[in-house]
Amino acid sequence: MSVRQISRILPGALALALTGCTGSGDSFLQPGGPIAAAQRTELFQIFGWTMIAILPVFVLVPLLLWRYRYRNAKARYTPDWDRSAILEVLMWGVPLVIVVVLSAQLYRTTHALDPVQPLASENPPLRVQVVGLDWKWLFLYPDLGIATVNELAFPVETSVALDLTTDTVMQSFLISALAGQIYAMPGMRTRLHILADAPGSFEGENTQFNGTGFPAQRFAARAMSAADFDAWVAQVRADGQPLTEASYALLAESSTGAQAQARLGAEGMAPGVLHFSTVEGDLFHSILHRYMHGNPVPPSAQPGAVGYAPETAEQTR
Amino acid sequence: MTDPIFGRLDLSSLSVWRAFQDPSLSELIGAGAAMAVILGALATLALLTWIRLWGPLWRDWLTSVDHKRIGIMYCALALIMLARGVIEGVLMRTQQAFGLHGGFLTPDHFSELFSTHGTIMIFFVAMPFIAGVINYVMPLQIGARDMAFPVMNQISLGLTATGAALVMISLVLGEFSTGGWANYPPYTGADFQPGPGPDYWIWSIVLAGIGTTLSGINFAVTIYKERAPGMHFLRMPIFCWTVICTSIIMIFALPPLTVAALMLAADRYLDFHFFTNDLGGNMMNYVNLFWLFGHPEVYLLVIPAYGVFSEVISTYSGKRIYGYMSMVYATMSIAVLSFCVWLHHFFTMGQSANINAAFGIASMAIAVPTGVKIYNWLATIFRGRVRMTVPMIYATGFFYLFVIGGLTGVMLANPVISYQVHNTLFLVAHFHNVIIPGVLFGLLAGYHYWFPKAFGFRLHEGWGRAAALLWIVGFSFTFLPLYWLGLQGMPRRSASFGDPSFQPMLWLALFGGMLILAALGSLMLQLWVSIRNRVQLAVPLGDPWNGRSLEWSIPSPPPAYNFALLPQVLDRDDFAEAKASGRAYAEPAVYEDIEMPDNTAIGMIVCVCSTLMGLALVFWIWWLAVLSLGVMVVSLIGRTFRTDLSHVIPAAQIAAEHRAWLARVRAAPAVDRLAETHDRNRGRAMPERPFAAGAAE
Repeated sequence: MSVRQISRILPGALALALTGCTGSGDSFLQPGGPIAAAQRTELFQIFGWTMIAILPVFVLVPLLLWRYRYRNAKARYTPDWDRSAILEVLMWGVPLVIVVVLSAQLYRTTHALDPVQPLASENPPLRVQVVGLDWKWLFLYPDLGIATVNELAFPVETSVALDLTTDTVMQSFLISALAGQIYAMPGMRTRLHILADAPGSFEGENTQFNGTGFPAQRFAARAMSAADFDAWVAQVRADGQPLTEASYALLAESSTGAQAQARLGAEGMAPGVLHFSTVEGDLFHSILHRYMHGNPVPPSAQPGAVGYAPETAEQTR
Repeated sequence: MTDPIFGRLDLSSLSVWRAFQDPSLSELIGAGAAMAVILGALATLALLTWIRLWGPLWRDWLTSVDHKRIGIMYCALALIMLARGVIEGVLMRTQQAFGLHGGFLTPDHFSELFSTHGTIMIFFVAMPFIAGVINYVMPLQIGARDMAFPVMNQISLGLTATGAALVMISLVLGEFSTGGWANYPPYTGADFQPGPGPDYWIWSIVLAGIGTTLSGINFAVTIYKERAPGMHFLRMPIFCWTVICTSIIMIFALPPLTVAALMLAADRYLDFHFFTNDLGGNMMNYVNLFWLFGHPEVYLLVIPAYGVFSEVISTYSGKRIYGYMSMVYATMSIAVLSFCVWLHHFFTMGQSANINAAFGIASMAIAVPTGVKIYNWLATIFRGRVRMTVPMIYATGFFYLFVIGGLTGVMLANPVISYQVHNTLFLVAHFHNVIIPGVLFGLLAGYHYWFPKAFGFRLHEGWGRAAALLWIVGFSFTFLPLYWLGLQGMPRRSASFGDPSFQPMLWLALFGGMLILAALGSLMLQLWVSIRNRVQLAVPLGDPWNGRSLEWSIPSPPPAYNFALLPQVLDRDDFAEAKASGRAYAEPAVYEDIEMPDNTAIGMIVCVCSTLMGLALVFWIWWLAVLSLGVMVVSLIGRTFRTDLSHVIPAAQIAAEHRAWLARVRAAPAVDRLAETHDRNRGRAMPERPFAAGAAE
């Protein structure tokens, strides 16, 4: 079997082995969109190419240790042999060739899968603004005037353009089955594009530790048909409450989705989920600018801080 | 306002008091650990008093400037801290194994655990272990009598011990940071963590970091200036080459960390805004500085381990190292490249694809020299005569597991993959996969290999084999399942999880953690059994493994001055060539007086004062901080006024000691390699082949 055949068969075999294992189904190994699928392919290709350098080690270590064991009088013993031009060329050359090949691939895919780029789709793109709070995600739909917590709904086969920031410490936004993660940082905006091929619900999470509620900071990314999405928007408008400066101040307190539901009197929704029918002002940009106007932000006005108390901050302002 | 005398230290700072107030399992575990620290310290003090060891401890160890004793103290510190680090690791594995919707530790306690575990394992296990082995071995290998700056060496040890002491004290007083070993702001800023936790991290890292920078300078200058006559750079053992590379990294990579930690301190203490959310602070500057240290750091750790494996594989294969020049080039390439890749720790920050591609390619390039080293070791085994001793078992485990770590490293070097598995258990599995089989196995192999040199008796083989196998199997069970969990999107640092499908793998990982605990137990038992059987295991003649470099040409343990007469080096693997050509164990015609540095208490003064200063800064006890800094500075300046700082060992005494040892060597039967691990081995090795004319070119 040639090296090329092996490198062709291995990724497939590996994929089979991996999907055979138990898994949550919320992973790029079972991709729900083109980015995650490309990332999975990349993983298997690296695996295949790297095996060219690694398999010889796996095979040679036991062979050499057995062949040249101390008691084997038949093996040759050359205590002063310490160089060979052919071996040198192979030892430097083979890893170098592999790295050059993988580098070319890396350059290509890093650009092709750049999260800043919109994804190809016939449908018009959807804009969503994402705000990381301690320990939940707030999704603002600027073109629809609605907002949600811990529920990101969007139509299938649509490029969803996410703008991300946080209103507290740094976080990292990941929907593994759709696309890789991107940091969300206060006073800064990062961008990510996702697209789902088919309807489904995918788990999203924060992967950057941000305190005691960290493991609870998960949400459902729900891809749905255009009709279902319209119905969902109508439902959010119907069962949601308005997102005002006052209710945002409560929402921004350090709390999990479930705790925020209780704080805002929104029991009865799906676990950890909140719906907002309207959003007061340009909330995303006012959050971004909170840190960029050159004035200090005292702990009382800083969501996630130990002394966060929006009411007193209001008075002192 | 804080108390003028006690700062912000009060009764609730005591973890035992907190457990008394709230006797939950989580608090009780914390209080138990605090009691273990207190009782352990009291028991040690009582034992020292009982067997009257205070005098010898002070004279022979704490005030010693002998590189060998300092090296041993570094290693002892590392092994003590290793015990705490492993226990914390197993505790975290247990929490996660039971962590479906909960677990038995509070999330705060869990986050303290992963923060101290990482900080301890990197800064107070791996670094002191490396510094200890380098301290002990490198001067012997280059034929030096001591380090270039013996007193600075003692101060470095003192500062490292200070850092470790602060982390231990955090168990008893206050609490440690919950921000992970990297301690990223703004989470660790004053707004989000006003307590003493991040301050413990800052001062232990700053003080130990200064110590490590000084160590790096010391190692580099020693190699540049103190080599024996004839020890050209290209005749040095590979281990010494790895020390040069590591000390370059220590000198250039530690300052960014120290600076970043001090800037964070300025934010927390003086209301600066380097890394705060508001007023133009930018946490990404911290992240940049931290990894500008952090990535070279992992090569700082692994490069000396490569050096140990080079020595071990060459010695136990009875063969010259294959491709010496390739090894030198490869090691130096890794050291230089290590400074060009730090950004791969945050590919997901949102920078442009061009930047990510450049750093991704640079990161992958390190795989080339690393691969070359692995192949060189295999070629060293080729046509050798291999003895599967304990260090070779570690080396075998290293070959298998380290290449898996290399494979996942190439994956993580690719931004496209990093976007997915960054911050997940895949990453945790990867860095444990390079640090445990790479760094720790290398150091444990070196521990077994050089222990007889340091103490004059071998370590017990059987317990050593058990420990090595348990480490290898335990590692595999603990960390290979984490790769899978990471691919499934389980984030690192999760105190709990909600996906039942994660559970089987976490149970496997817990089982592996138990095996690692057993491995640690085997190491302790091995030491105990070896000390009890030290008479049978004794190898005073100094060459138990048919060694190849200069450290094996002197008695075990070596005299304070190392070499009766500085060796005249004629070749690479000089001692092996000397044995082959019959010039080993020659009696010098003339012995000379040797001038050696005097003992000094300055290292202990620095250690005690800086510990008090660190503690005072953590708890805002300003008068104590100023006082301890003042005492430290005055002592250091005061010492510069002393002129009589050395003593002379007379030639007659050296001649008598050396001749007595040579007589024992000549009288002893040379032992072949089949008897290497038998009691017959007294440290006089039989050459592997009869001397043939012209073999020594």
